[in-house]
Amino acid sequence: MSTTTYETVIGLEVHAQLATVSKMFCGCPTTFGAGPNTQTCPVCLGMPGTLPVINRRAIELAVRTALAFECRVNPSCRFARKHYYYPDMPKNFQISQYEEPLAEDGGLEIDLPGGASRRIGIQRLHLEEDVGKLVHEGTLETAHASLVDYNRSGMPLMETVSRPDLRSPEEAATYLRAFRAVLVHLGVCDGNMEEGSLRCDANVSLRPRGARELGTKVEIKNLNSFRNVQRALEFEVERQARVLDAGERIVQETRLWDADRGYTRPMRSKESAHDYRYFPEPDLVPLVLDPAFVAERRAELPELPRARRERFVDAYRLPAYDAAILTQSKALADYYEAAVRESGNTKAVSNWIMSELLREIGSDDERAITTCPVTPAHLGQLVKLIDDGTISGKIAKGVFEGMLRSGDAPGAIVAREGLTQVADTGALERVIDEVLAGNPKPLDDWKKGKTAAAQALFGLVMKATAGKANPAIVKRLLEAKLPKI
Amino acid sequence: MVATVEPTGLTMHELTARYRRGEIAPTEATEAYFARIAERDPQVAAYLTLTREQALAAARAADARYRAGAPRGPLDGVPIAYKDVLCTEGIVTTCGSKILERFVPPYDATVVARLGAAGAVMLGKTNMDEFAMGSSTEHSAFRPTRNPWDLERVPGGSSGGSAAAVGAELAAAALGTDTGGSVRQPAAFCGVVGLKPTYGRISRYGLIAFASSLDHIGPLTRDVRDCALLLHAIAGVDPHDSTSVDEPVPDYPAMLEGGVRGLTLGVPREYFGSGLDPEVEAAVRAAIARLADLGAAIEEVSLPNTDYGLAVYYIVAPAEASSNLARYDGVKYGLRAPGGKDLIDMESRTRAAGFGAEVKRRIMLGTYALSAGYYDAYYGRAQKVRTLVRRDFEAAFARVDLLVAPTTPTAAFKHGDKADPLAMYLNDVFTVGGDLAGLPAMSVRCGFTAAGLPIGLQLMARPFDEARLLRAAHAYEQSTDWLARRPTLA
Repeated sequence: MSTTTYETVIGLEVHAQLATVSKMFCGCPTTFGAGPNTQTCPVCLGMPGTLPVINRRAIELAVRTALAFECRVNPSCRFARKHYYYPDMPKNFQISQYEEPLAEDGGLEIDLPGGASRRIGIQRLHLEEDVGKLVHEGTLETAHASLVDYNRSGMPLMETVSRPDLRSPEEAATYLRAFRAVLVHLGVCDGNMEEGSLRCDANVSLRPRGARELGTKVEIKNLNSFRNVQRALEFEVERQARVLDAGERIVQETRLWDADRGYTRPMRSKESAHDYRYFPEPDLVPLVLDPAFVAERRAELPELPRARRERFVDAYRLPAYDAAILTQSKALADYYEAAVRESGNTKAVSNWIMSELLREIGSDDERAITTCPVTPAHLGQLVKLIDDGTISGKIAKGVFEGMLRSGDAPGAIVAREGLTQVADTGALERVIDEVLAGNPKPLDDWKKGKTAAAQALFGLVMKATAGKANPAIVKRLLEAKLPKI
Repeated sequence: MVATVEPTGLTMHELTARYRRGEIAPTEATEAYFARIAERDPQVAAYLTLTREQALAAARAADARYRAGAPRGPLDGVPIAYKDVLCTEGIVTTCGSKILERFVPPYDATVVARLGAAGAVMLGKTNMDEFAMGSSTEHSAFRPTRNPWDLERVPGGSSGGSAAAVGAELAAAALGTDTGGSVRQPAAFCGVVGLKPTYGRISRYGLIAFASSLDHIGPLTRDVRDCALLLHAIAGVDPHDSTSVDEPVPDYPAMLEGGVRGLTLGVPREYFGSGLDPEVEAAVRAAIARLADLGAAIEEVSLPNTDYGLAVYYIVAPAEASSNLARYDGVKYGLRAPGGKDLIDMESRTRAAGFGAEVKRRIMLGTYALSAGYYDAYYGRAQKVRTLVRRDFEAAFARVDLLVAPTTPTAAFKHGDKADPLAMYLNDVFTVGGDLAGLPAMSVRCGFTAAGLPIGLQLMARPFDEARLLRAAHAYEQSTDWLARRPTLA
């Protein structure tokens, strides 16, 4: 309740691991999950005498992203060394960018509840190298030794810093979702938060409603899922509101989100903040991006989620709701379009995806969508089988279950299980006659003027055909036959 | 008569000429060097590590190539030494420091790989001031190296081991590194030829960094021709070093002739001020007169920001060093001091035990210069003045082709004479400019003091104009008989 007297101000820093084949400054592979320290070389181990060499592909992907976020790509940028001591960082400095980042001043349009939208400013986008990973024997508190795995050391990271334009934890989560969707659409990052391909820190402060000056900010680290971003920020907004309500001051500090316990706790204060001693990386010359290189990246920009959503409404005549869901990830939007190419029925495919497919997999789970046993072609074929009367919608649901289990084409399942809909009017008329003869009660009711009895008779006919009868034909035949009785 | 000449007394080009004529084989020369090292190096202490087995294996392979009439080139089978700042795969590389006393690199520096491919035979790794910080090789964590012309005196530094090895004829040639003068100054003190080429001319990959924007690798040789041969073999762009420059490598050895006629040589007046030893000044002025006799035009020029060079250097170099040396923490390689209670304690103990006083002094200087609130006043300002120093040279080279000056203010000083760090730093006063501006510069022997110590003449050129630099140095060297004199030790 006290939170209503304050305005929440949030900015997000997102670290995305770029989808390159090799690391940021050496030739080591970037594949996830290899044995400890097997994907290392003298350069990413920070061996004496080694030098970094910029990965051209990482620059391409970062420029592509910068353009998608409508940033100004700087004609020249520089790498800088950021110093602090930690054993997961082999050189005890990280090659990052500081005063001259790759790109600045962009933005991302996000949807607000009620159909409105707002542009969230993006202050800067820069490149840096990732650090390794510590593995403690037991817990950090009790470990007698810690091991270091440098496989991740030197992985290419793109850091994007938003302006403090977000006004609620929910908006922050919305921004992060939209941000991720753009990265995945661009193919610059796999967006996998569990594997750490996408990581998020937040800066949050409160100020009295109507105030122009920003409050003291707190940085929250370790927000590694959409849900955690929202939960952690909700906790932190409440905490800060309570502190302010009590007449106390917010301490500028860095806090760590503990997802298991559901709270943020202090990590380090402003006083103990690192002096990173940035200075330009002397082992790399300034990176000059010539206009032709940037123009090539612009030319290779794919359709972005927002444009795609609008196109889905215009070209496929989908409701805005459907279009929004279907474009939540590139994989899903691609899936939809492939299924539509097969079936031609835009709305029916959308319905099937939203009601059946997304019951099984998350709309932003790229990997699950691309590896789903039900291929988009198969889903399209399923819709087509309904549309041409081969099977009923009800039977189709069973067929879909079978497709999900077996990965088989719907036609194969229908043939194997003899599910082809009975559309033969002669055969159906014989069944109807049998049903009418065997069920005098509903027939009498109908004769007495109870029109609902027709529905009961329809159900009995469908039951007699084990659901395989074409319901439209049954309905037509019944409607023709009953008045003659 | 031929057989009476010791192979260790020959230049590289004289030695390979004998290889080609079949008068001597690389294994024989290599054995001769190891015999001489065994005899003389206990006095000089030029080497930290000898690589006899590897050397003989490489020499035998070279023997076979010469026997087959197919040597790899002008360096095949030549016994050389590397400053212990250059990484050598499988061979301990200490950088003159306790913290890397047992460090065995898993890879070769690009220059080591290139010379290996050219058939050169590595005799061993030479002594140096710890992390190349020093001008006397007294700051080696292991032992001081002695000057072959006078064992009481220092060989200069930080490439003192390499210069002494070449001067004492314990290697046909060597590689050193120059950050503030560390190739040219010991070359002058030991009476050998030392070249620091243009920044970016030679790959730094595998050179253990002291100050990245100032570190240069350079040859130390008996004469200018050898210098040209060695430079030619190691110069050129390297995909592992983004600061190496993709500039064609001229055939330096083929461009040595032609003399200095038509060249204008500039004499920077700021290099002849107070602090310059009269004997050194006299020798350098005589050398300039000789160059004039050979046909060069001589013109006085001014490098007005010379005085600021040392100040800039002692901000930029320690700043970069504080960053480059952060990695030595006991976690991954090198020394780990025992008894650490936790991570920070282990790292502190390791660095306290592993680094010498001069290294610690520079890490502290550099850390301070980069600190929040001080960056603009120190590192930022120093970079601006560095630009002024560079512009001084640009202005001078708009008028003249080369600069000629003393390499050092004095000849070699005695061990312990420069205990005050500032007095030691002043030794670099004439050499730091070349490093700050990244220009090619070299030192050649231009005479001796009354006490018999060699004196160095420094020549400097425009970026990537090493060919002209070498041509002038060669013309001067050929016009004198300074090379005839050999150290008393020899």
